[in-house]
Amino acid sequence: MNGTIPGKAVADAAIRTEQLSRKFGDFKAVDALTLQVAKGEIFGFLGANGAGKTTAMKMLTGLLRPTSGSASVAGFDVYREPEKIKRHIGYMSQRFSLYEDLSPRENIRFWGGIYGLSKDLLREKSAHLLETLGLESVADSRLSTLPLGWKQKLSFSVALLHEPEIVFLDEPTGGVDPLTRRRFWEMIYATADHGVTVFVTTHYMDEAEYCDRVSIMVDGRVAAIGSPEELKSCSGSASIDDLFVLLARAGTRTE
Amino acid sequence: MRRFMGFVRKEFYHIFRDRRTAAILFGMPVVQLLLFGFAIRNEISEVKLGILDRSHDPVTREITDRVLASGTFKAMRNLNSQSEIGAAFASGAMNEAVVFEPGFGARFQREGTGDLQVITDGSDPNVSRIVTGYTATIVREYLREMSPGSIETGVVPVPLLLFNPSLKSVYLFVPGLMALILMLVSALMTSISITREKETGTLEVLLVSSLGPVQIIAGKVVPYMLLSVVNVLTVLVLAFTVFGVPCRGSVVLLVLESLLFIMTALSLGMFISTITASQQAAMMISLGGLLLPTILLSGFIFPVASMPLPLQLISNIIPARWYLVIVRAIMLKGADFSYLWRETMILAFMTAVLVTASVRKFSERLQ
Repeated sequence: MNGTIPGKAVADAAIRTEQLSRKFGDFKAVDALTLQVAKGEIFGFLGANGAGKTTAMKMLTGLLRPTSGSASVAGFDVYREPEKIKRHIGYMSQRFSLYEDLSPRENIRFWGGIYGLSKDLLREKSAHLLETLGLESVADSRLSTLPLGWKQKLSFSVALLHEPEIVFLDEPTGGVDPLTRRRFWEMIYATADHGVTVFVTTHYMDEAEYCDRVSIMVDGRVAAIGSPEELKSCSGSASIDDLFVLLARAGTRTE
Repeated sequence: MRRFMGFVRKEFYHIFRDRRTAAILFGMPVVQLLLFGFAIRNEISEVKLGILDRSHDPVTREITDRVLASGTFKAMRNLNSQSEIGAAFASGAMNEAVVFEPGFGARFQREGTGDLQVITDGSDPNVSRIVTGYTATIVREYLREMSPGSIETGVVPVPLLLFNPSLKSVYLFVPGLMALILMLVSALMTSISITREKETGTLEVLLVSSLGPVQIIAGKVVPYMLLSVVNVLTVLVLAFTVFGVPCRGSVVLLVLESLLFIMTALSLGMFISTITASQQAAMMISLGGLLLPTILLSGFIFPVASMPLPLQLISNIIPARWYLVIVRAIMLKGADFSYLWRETMILAFMTAVLVTASVRKFSERLQ
């Protein structure tokens, strides 16, 4: 398949990028990325290792300055207002980013404090969260003693503590079993139902099918973007997996 | 501010919940001080002395008594012939032998001189040199008493040891130990704790959380700074009470200079963490790049002046070298700031360079 399927024009965009690029020396890590993500949408951000996903994600979370192009996240400009962006987004990394030597309750307290939640609000939220996640009985055990699936749920909930408009999930389901992954996606759906935009990267192509829309990056450029159904019918592929392999093979960069 | 306090509290959780960290932080200073103070000593005592007296007169007996009375020497046995000496050294039964020539006393009374040989075990050069010196001093003193006014050598140096007259090695070790402990606690622990957050991915999330790099670094630095101060005070109290090391200068100045050195070590730890990706790498660099030079090149054990020139030049960039000069001067010589501003400036300069380099590296990484 040649060229790109352009992103749909979205009226009320949570994320909007225009020709967003980042160069490291002569290397174009991200090359003219243009996409829009609607509020409350689950957007799958796919690409092989080294395709530029991480760099793009860093620019969108305000950690990395773009070299050219424009982008706004939650209505804030990535050049001028990276600190405001940080306050309005949640971020969960592939390594769960919780402290193993702290208990679930302490982790919630710490991260809530970092996001500037007041003491009372935090206490209330912490109790509620531990109850919903069913972690009350282990609330004061060290996190290192808990199964991976529980940590993952906790990590996701912690990223949502300060009620961000957009949550970025960087390969959130790495290393867990299919059943746990399924439950995790139920949490993602519930979050999106509350109007939170979910921007998620993954290596599992079956998960791509759960997204409202996906983009596939190859060599720093968007090779395809659209809903899973659109992409499959346009390209004639049976699954997103087939399409991904087809596109990724055409790429020249590997890690 | 509340966010910052939360960060510091979390840092203390890390420290107290990891048994190894807690052991290094609190056990090490005490253990090291006791170890250096009690076990590792430079003073020589119980030198096993053999006497080969071929003269057997009042003069040789008097010299022998004086030597033994000094407390450093312990009479092993009297030797009967030159041939026994080699075997006694080889078996370790003897560390030093004193040989009087036949007719020593008669010749001394007649000519005012005599031949006396001191034989020591050269396989341990430091000990030999020291015991030879001890023996010679005692003999010289006796000879001077016996023949006043006939000092034919003209000038006889009379040594006077300032500041540490009994040459206690613990006086020497305490300042070095303070440097070592502060390096370990501040630089090693800080660099490890920052790189651990890199490994677990929590640093990434902290950076996305709108907590600035400066706040993150400060949150890491403050707990270790507090602990370092506690450690300095522990070592000082132990040094004063258990080992009787004096502090002749201002304790306040000593603590302030120590704070400066802690800052230098913390900035070193920060710098290490910005150039390494894993805890292991940070540990290797801290141990190999900081600990060994601090022990070997700072003047802690080996005097800087007796090092070959290239090593002397290297020792200049080791913060502990300057801190040692400061601590020794304050504790033992009672020096005030007017004598130490140069060393203080050097440490302050090093800190400034390291902080600048770390901040630059840190933001570079974010780009």
